[in-house]
Amino acid sequence: MLRAVVRGSRLCPALLRAPFSAAAASPIPAPNPRPDIAYNKIFINNEWHDAVSKKTFPTINPSTGEVICQVAEGDKADVDKAVKAAKAAFQLGSPWRRMDASHRGKLLNRLADLIERDRAYLAALETLDNGKPYAISYLVDLDMVVKCLRYFAGWSDKFHGKTIPMDGDFFCYTRHEPVGVCGQIIPWNFPLLMQAWKLGPALATGNVVVMKVAEQTPLSALYVASLIKEAGFPPGVVNIIPGYGPTAGAAISSHMDIDKVAFTGSTEVGHLIQKAAAESNLKRVTLELGGKSPNIIMSDADMDWAVDQAHFALFFNQGQCCCAGSRTYVQEDIYNEFVERSVEKAKARVVGNPFDFKTEQGPQVDEDQFKKILGYISTGQREGAKLLCGGSAAADRGYFIQPTVFGDVQDNMTIAREEIFGPVMQILKFKTIEEVIERANDSKYGLAAAVFTKDLDKANFVSQSLRTGTVWINCYNVFGAQAPFGGYKASGKGRELGEYGLEAYMEVKNVTIKIPQKNS
Amino acid sequence: SKSCATPKIPQMQNILESFKDRLLKIYHSSQFIYLVAVKAARKAFELGSTWRTMDASERGRLLNKLADLVERDRLILATMETIDGGKLFSTAYLMDLGACIKTLRYCAGWADKIQGRTVPMDGNFFTFTRHEPIGVCGQIIPWNFPLVMFIWKIAPALCCGNTVVVKPAEQTPLSALYMGSLIKEAGFPPGVVNIVPGFGPTAGAAISHHMDIDKIAFTGSTEVGKLIKEAAGKTNLKRVTLELGGKSPNIIFADADLDAAVEFAHIGLFYHQGQCCIAGSRIFVEEPIYDEFVRRSIERAKKNTLGDPLKPGVQQGPQIDKEQYNKILDLIESGKKEGAKLECGGGPWGDKGYFIQPTVFSNVTDDMRIAKEEIFGPVQQIMKFKTVDEVIKRANNTTYGLAAAVFTKDIDKALTFAAALQAGTVWVNCYSALSAQCPFGGFKMSGNGREMGEYGLHEYTEVKTVTIKIPQKNS
Repeated sequence: MLRAVVRGSRLCPALLRAPFSAAAASPIPAPNPRPDIAYNKIFINNEWHDAVSKKTFPTINPSTGEVICQVAEGDKADVDKAVKAAKAAFQLGSPWRRMDASHRGKLLNRLADLIERDRAYLAALETLDNGKPYAISYLVDLDMVVKCLRYFAGWSDKFHGKTIPMDGDFFCYTRHEPVGVCGQIIPWNFPLLMQAWKLGPALATGNVVVMKVAEQTPLSALYVASLIKEAGFPPGVVNIIPGYGPTAGAAISSHMDIDKVAFTGSTEVGHLIQKAAAESNLKRVTLELGGKSPNIIMSDADMDWAVDQAHFALFFNQGQCCCAGSRTYVQEDIYNEFVERSVEKAKARVVGNPFDFKTEQGPQVDEDQFKKILGYISTGQREGAKLLCGGSAAADRGYFIQPTVFGDVQDNMTIAREEIFGPVMQILKFKTIEEVIERANDSKYGLAAAVFTKDLDKANFVSQSLRTGTVWINCYNVFGAQAPFGGYKASGKGRELGEYGLEAYMEVKNVTIKIPQKNS
Repeated sequence: SKSCATPKIPQMQNILESFKDRLLKIYHSSQFIYLVAVKAARKAFELGSTWRTMDASERGRLLNKLADLVERDRLILATMETIDGGKLFSTAYLMDLGACIKTLRYCAGWADKIQGRTVPMDGNFFTFTRHEPIGVCGQIIPWNFPLVMFIWKIAPALCCGNTVVVKPAEQTPLSALYMGSLIKEAGFPPGVVNIVPGFGPTAGAAISHHMDIDKIAFTGSTEVGKLIKEAAGKTNLKRVTLELGGKSPNIIFADADLDAAVEFAHIGLFYHQGQCCIAGSRIFVEEPIYDEFVRRSIERAKKNTLGDPLKPGVQQGPQIDKEQYNKILDLIESGKKEGAKLECGGGPWGDKGYFIQPTVFSNVTDDMRIAKEEIFGPVQQIMKFKTVDEVIKRANNTTYGLAAAVFTKDIDKALTFAAALQAGTVWVNCYSALSAQCPFGGFKMSGNGREMGEYGLHEYTEVKTVTIKIPQKNS
């Protein structure tokens, strides 16, 4: 049943096809929708701790609105403890500092092995806490997590410094040293994957980590902490704190002993992080923030494929992607047909229990998001966009929202400018390529974009002209651990993944030695 | 035909005898088998093949899987290396197999990190480079480190996406053939790796002359290296990389840590019965410490126990075969005749097999044969020097240039020698320190090109520039 659904490209065509063909021989194991929660505390020095304050907070199942369990609530005092442990693990002469770089890679590969071993459990936990369909947690999220860790494992002994022919009788070379204690604040939309994106480059390059996981979705990352210990990482190298942004997150971004902070989340909070970093110790900052990514459909595009991909671009992960294609620009010749087909597709999208293999869309992550999205929908209607389908809650329990499509959207409408982060598609009309490039770039964001066309010159012209960190041509949401990802403008700074992803985690030291006589 | 130290285990002896007969049949027809092997490799490399369309990361995954299997069968492989190559078992298990596993994993990590560039050329063009595999690579492996050399060849070739036809040494084919079964088990598509044992003059020539082999990699003697390069030039200009012989200088200053220097100099020469391309076979000792150094080196050489390499408590096994054995004894005689002082050893050991006593010559001068020719045996040459400029000149006065070392505590001396020595690897206060991350290869007639490290990938990559006209270029 799932195979037929996947082949019919109703789920996530691009992302699912590759891993699914590999998994075709072995079907997805049935999920346990009530997985045991083994780890719900703070992970420091490879040990589990209550919060210093003894406080806890609930994590909610967004399919039902019910509490899954209580989780230790980390605050400044816990961050301080974690930073102390991380610093000790980073001391000159420590096991982590003295370890062969290739051995760091071996540990990362071992962590990947353990995640593969516990793949079904982690996928079920992810679905329980986040609401994303289990089939997707298993086939997509977990697949990408393993690949990301293995990719960075491979880099650990390959990010070379240089020897440099400087003027004068000197021998000059650079060391690529780890930055030190890295604070990493991760979001709730891809809990495990965002954890892997952060840990991979940081650990491959020899850093130590204090990670704050999102209060909405702490459980899967905490389980991985137990695997980090099992894999053999020395104590203090990775420390994980569940907690809230304004308390634990703020403590990290203003900590005087944290050397670098990496944050993925909203642009609004990104501003706060950068401010706090500047006001404290000038810690290095990388940010992955919001987006309002334009998806440009030219009239010569393959219509079926473009409709399919534009739907996937917006609705994947319940619309909760920083790079969601949330402004679909359609060239006027094909506009009407495109809108009609998109609405048909949205109406057919199956919303329901994420543990059911038939489900394509689960609930939004929590009540805040749920209310915010419904708010945007009514603003859209108020400002004159045409509501073509959906528009309300999809169930009376949990945070489900109907797949919603707005047509005749204008650039100045709120729903065309602000990030909704929900299953709400905006379709806009354009005439010429120069016009759409200008309109696409007219945004404070610049995370991703796409163009659908068969024409070589158009493809090259558009990809060259868009001010975004990623441009997809005739595809959307294509990710690989090898390819850098990040934003222009207020969508962030720095790049994650790929070789570029290592740069933010390295500090370059120049060593210059006087020698008797230089020879080339 | 293959000949080496006779194994002591009777059943193993019988198995080897019958196996040798079957091998001989293959050896005699290998040049024809190569035609088939190259065809298979070419087919596996066709556009649209499983290998060509595979994710690069998946190539890496296969190499890691192969490393897992080598780890699983570590004991079998180490035993084969010992029986076939006369290697000390503990060394084969710990060092050779350790290096194999690490090298496979190192190259596995590179597979999806081989990146081309986008290039800002003049004009309205979008230009990028593809780093493509070269194609079908012929690889000829020596007998001194059969499995390590096999892995050093196939790992970078495969991680870059090539297909290979491998000729293991006729003296030591066993571990390579066993690897064939692991390569299949790991899941490499058919035709990607092909292994055909054969004799150098016939099989080696078949490979170096083949019109459908795109690249040849050879590790062995400088003499044969020249033949390979000539053949490549005469036929299809296939790309050539060579790892050849050496006569590596090891320079010991008076301010060195003497204990460490003696030990490194000893291991640097005597490791694996002296059968290393990097052997530190010209030890230059600064005059003030010369006598003491010689005395301690003799004492150290005498400590080694010779015997069956499978047995614990043995530090030196046999030489690989009769040909090598005779060549080494001949060079020892020349040393005696030409006036070097024989300090210990100097002849064969035991009444069976190809064992030679650990031999130390002092008062060696640069014009002696033992100071100029590669011996490839347990024969250590110690010479005296006075000044820095003198020893630099003498160290570089050779057509070889594989490795070198300097022992000193002085920062200026260390860095001066790092620059001055004409060798592909220079060790400071150590010897034989090698690792998969480091490029390795020779200056001058010790070879062409580098293996291992990122540099090693260049030899298995062909760069294609693609230039697309665009309406208007913007930076």
